[in-house]
Amino acid sequence: MGKRRWPGLTPSRLLAGLLALVLLAGAVAWAAWPRTPGYTTRPLTITVRTGPEGTTPVALDATYYRPRSASAAHPTAAVLLAHGFGGTKDSVAEDARDLAGRGYAVLTWTAEGFGHSGGQIHLDSPDWEVKDAEGLVSWLAARPEVLKDGPGDPRVGVVGASYGGALALLLAGYDRRVDAIVPEITWNDLAGAFLPESTGAGPGQGVFKKAWAGLLFGEGGTSLARPLTGPVPPGVTPACGRFAPDLCRIYLSVAATGTATADQIALLRRHSPASVLSRITAPTLLIQGEADSLFPLSEADANARGIAAHGTPVEVAWFTGGHDGGQGPPSDRDRLRFLTARWLDHYLLHRGSAPGTAFTYSRVAGIDAASDGVVAPGFSVARYPGLGGRRTTTVPIAGPPQPAVNPPGGTPAAVSVLPGGGGSGAALAVHEVPGQHADFLSAPLRSTVEVVGAPRVRLRVASPTGEAVLFVKLYDLDPAAGATLPQGLVAPVRLTGLPASIAGARPVTVTLPAIVHEFQAGHRLRVTVATSDQAYATPDQPAVYTVAAGPTVTLPVVQGEPIAAPDLAWRWALAGLLAALTIALVAAIRLGRRRHRRLALRSSPAGREGGGPARGEEAAPLVVEGLRKEYADGLVAVSRVDFVVGRGQVVGLLGPNGAGKTTTLRMLLGLIRPTAGSVHVFGHRVVPGAPVLSRLGALVEGPGFLPHLSGLDNLRLFWRATGRPEADARLDEVLEIAALGAAVHRRVGTYSHGMKQRLAVAQAMLGMPDLLVLDEPTDGLDPPQIAEMRRVLRRYVTGGRAVLVSSHLLAEVEQTCTHVVVVHRGEVVAAGPVDEVVGDSPSVQFDVSDPAAAEEVLRRAGVRSVAGAGDGSLVAELDGTPPAVVVAALVRAGVGVNRVVPRRRLEDAFLALVGGEARSGREVS
Amino acid sequence: MSLPSGAAGGYRPGATLSFTTELRRQASRRRTRLTLGFMVALPLIVLAAFEFGGRSGGGGGGDRGQFAALADIATSGGLNFALFTLLVSSSFLLVVVVALFCGDTVASEASWGSLRYLLAIPVPRGRLLGSKLLVSLLSSLVALLLLTGTALLVGTLRYGWHPLVTTVAGEIASGPALLRLAGITGYVAVTLLVTAGLAFLLSVSTDAPLGAVGGAVLLQILSSILDQITALGQLRVALPTHYAEAWLGLLSNPVQTDDMVKGAISALSYSALFFGWAWYRFLSKDVVS
Repeated sequence: MGKRRWPGLTPSRLLAGLLALVLLAGAVAWAAWPRTPGYTTRPLTITVRTGPEGTTPVALDATYYRPRSASAAHPTAAVLLAHGFGGTKDSVAEDARDLAGRGYAVLTWTAEGFGHSGGQIHLDSPDWEVKDAEGLVSWLAARPEVLKDGPGDPRVGVVGASYGGALALLLAGYDRRVDAIVPEITWNDLAGAFLPESTGAGPGQGVFKKAWAGLLFGEGGTSLARPLTGPVPPGVTPACGRFAPDLCRIYLSVAATGTATADQIALLRRHSPASVLSRITAPTLLIQGEADSLFPLSEADANARGIAAHGTPVEVAWFTGGHDGGQGPPSDRDRLRFLTARWLDHYLLHRGSAPGTAFTYSRVAGIDAASDGVVAPGFSVARYPGLGGRRTTTVPIAGPPQPAVNPPGGTPAAVSVLPGGGGSGAALAVHEVPGQHADFLSAPLRSTVEVVGAPRVRLRVASPTGEAVLFVKLYDLDPAAGATLPQGLVAPVRLTGLPASIAGARPVTVTLPAIVHEFQAGHRLRVTVATSDQAYATPDQPAVYTVAAGPTVTLPVVQGEPIAAPDLAWRWALAGLLAALTIALVAAIRLGRRRHRRLALRSSPAGREGGGPARGEEAAPLVVEGLRKEYADGLVAVSRVDFVVGRGQVVGLLGPNGAGKTTTLRMLLGLIRPTAGSVHVFGHRVVPGAPVLSRLGALVEGPGFLPHLSGLDNLRLFWRATGRPEADARLDEVLEIAALGAAVHRRVGTYSHGMKQRLAVAQAMLGMPDLLVLDEPTDGLDPPQIAEMRRVLRRYVTGGRAVLVSSHLLAEVEQTCTHVVVVHRGEVVAAGPVDEVVGDSPSVQFDVSDPAAAEEVLRRAGVRSVAGAGDGSLVAELDGTPPAVVVAALVRAGVGVNRVVPRRRLEDAFLALVGGEARSGREVS
Repeated sequence: MSLPSGAAGGYRPGATLSFTTELRRQASRRRTRLTLGFMVALPLIVLAAFEFGGRSGGGGGGDRGQFAALADIATSGGLNFALFTLLVSSSFLLVVVVALFCGDTVASEASWGSLRYLLAIPVPRGRLLGSKLLVSLLSSLVALLLLTGTALLVGTLRYGWHPLVTTVAGEIASGPALLRLAGITGYVAVTLLVTAGLAFLLSVSTDAPLGAVGGAVLLQILSSILDQITALGQLRVALPTHYAEAWLGLLSNPVQTDDMVKGAISALSYSALFFGWAWYRFLSKDVVS
């Protein structure tokens, strides 16, 4: 906060301002200017030979991003960027641009069966999609600007999410030329993902994930893949859309029965990374979503274990998004982008140190104001601990064996998650159907437990049919806010060979979905075993199961280190800003104080040339020299004013409205800066805030009071604001002059104009200043008060003090003042003692016996102007002719002269001096 | 009688218009009293609204946003109630209050005509601004603290002293939660400095108090509107109100302060700019009011 003195606008400051403007404009332009990307984009069609025999041509719609920096001389690594199910090459355009900007040659393509590519959907079949990708790797190998590890072997990484992620894994398994992969939110075993079973029984006994399966089949089979109008492309059938017939048959069969045969499972396995994990040698960064009911964290866990088992470097990262949760908050996206770039840079370009195998994850921790999303701080662990956690803690749960009804036809069903709903967090409408579930509660937790991994619980179930499909969930029970199901994830189990009575039931261990969740102290855990779930296919036959769980829940625990906020720089910036502002503030205050001292010295009379009297006696109360005020718009309010107010004088500043009186007074109070000239008060030059102004009391342009305070409080606080001793105020004397009586205790807001005026004069007189400046002091006063005011002012100057009164009322000045300064149009037209100014009057009044004759005589005597005033009276401007000569001439002509009165009225003088435009009345306006 | 500087006996520039004098001049204003009174009344009104409105719940959908989420848990304890009251006030009411205190202070003196008399005392211009700004900022702070304190008090009396319930981060124990509430109040105070600076700048530039107050509020609203337009992209970061709700980071577990740090930098920069500009203007301007 620069408390510095800024004089008026100077060329250098104008320059500085312009410079600042140019800089600002430059910054905005820089921010808004479209940048030339560091790469070129080329859409193209690549035809690959594919199929089991490698002979079927399929045209793939692709886009190639070539960095401008890459050339045959300076080749770069390439990245194959695969899209998710239902997408096209355009869905990954943003990531492609990002990678191309980092200097990678990026090839994106639309997988066969989607968009404008030919072929059918084979669900990442090694015979089709994987072969397609091998063809693309060969295409890259033919590019001169792509780095080669050997003939026909480009340096290439594969990045993709979901459908594209599995392709990355499968391609790395089938094609040795792949050098690094980053598969995201993808599957390990397609059969296991769509037919999950949480006791480890495998997909043969799995519970069909019908909601997700239907959603995906619909996306691939109908709306997106088949044109709405025009001829149906070859290979598209109403039942299967663009799905390959073999896969379509599997879907139709599984969807109808809810189970899969061994053949079907085997076929799906071929389409799964699980079948090739042992062959993958490309370093793998596995990214999986915590809010993902399609491919949960356990899929990535299986991939990680399978690949790492053969010594291939694997890094695992979890984030708060997923197929249900989306991309996650910006902090997650930044972390994943950083990890991906680090992985590719190291393994493709050999830039940067080895990424290591640290495991990172994030947890929803709050609300982000900027994006109106969630905040998910990241945590890091040295080594991937798997789903079992670094260690475990057990929490006892209790509850009797309870009956749970399986509803006929699977409805009504419990709701746990909306597939792909995008809501990661609070607002999921999780719902349990009464009577269809069994609950087992823990005691309130004594301390907060941060679960990272898959909790386990033991279950005993009895069923009259010998079988049961159940959904096991772990709720977080907040005593205040109710139960939440972390990420809406459930563990489906299909139990067979069950006894009819619970007494004979053998316990089975259920692995619950892996979660990252903080169970806070005071909350309870609730294990809920439900018989139905909207997202899964359940037995149609009604049955009543008996369920027992416990005695404990095993929770995997990981002590993650918070990942240091990358925004540390901002903290330093804040600290720096605070320091800078503090220094600036202190400096500004110092400067301000020093300026006051300098001001006091500079304005002192010593060393000042002119304007002051001889040494030994104090300078005149007020000396105004060559004062001029010209406003920025060219208006000259005061063109040149000089006058002096001496001790003991009451000086009238007389002029019509607009003559520049008030502007002059403002300048002598330091309220506005003169363009030229100076004002000295008691020998000290007046500048804004000059200390000498404290010897001056003023009333300018009417009173100014705080309307909510009484008259007395106004005066008191005004005096307090001067900071001078209370006793110096001479409040009693001043109040006497104001003569407000009891009204002085009323709020000023209730005062009449005259009362305010008197209070304002009183305020100006507070402390009995040596120089009193009053602007139209009698404005609003009645005649007795005006007369009193005159007496007060005359008395006031007796002690050597001085008064400057400005007025446009002639009588006012004539009767009150000892001296007068007449200003007109910003210039002094006359100045001096009232008598002198008046003595200059050229007109004389004659009272004669015969006005008509007298007029004639006067005209002949050479008197310039004669005017009859009625009642035998004539006013003549003698224009230099002595009155005696004129009287003699009148007498000679026989005109009786009764009276000769020199016109001593200031009015005449005033009118004569300022010209004739305002002769109409006493008041010049 | 006079000093070497030419000043009257007893006059020192550094003693003019002291903080306490200015405080007395402003404290007796009805405007000040009504505003501070309203700060006490508002929590009671909110409390009454919760009491008479019943607990409809409203079936909180995600679309209703954080506001609704915080409203739903506002009655779970005194801390929550205070937090809610602060939230509903910070975006507009407190902006108006701060604009009133800081925008009215110099402009009202100009409109009453008392400014020229203060300057003719003479109160050095920098000192006049300093005293006035300190009193305005203190009044604003008192308003903020009164609002939060009253809300905490009546909320605790009515709903009890419980841990702070948050929408996502679970419960925060009363002790740390009180600290966080203090932190949030502090952050709100820092962001309000922008309004204060803008209002003060307008206050020294105009003789119309209403113009200064209204202008400051208007520009705040404009900034908020622009901040809603996501098409502006990164440019929005430069808006003074962009980080206005970064205090939500204090409701996370662990505490997220990144946005608050950026918000504080933004607020301090803007307010320093506005205050500096206000000083520059006032020290160089011709006082013609």
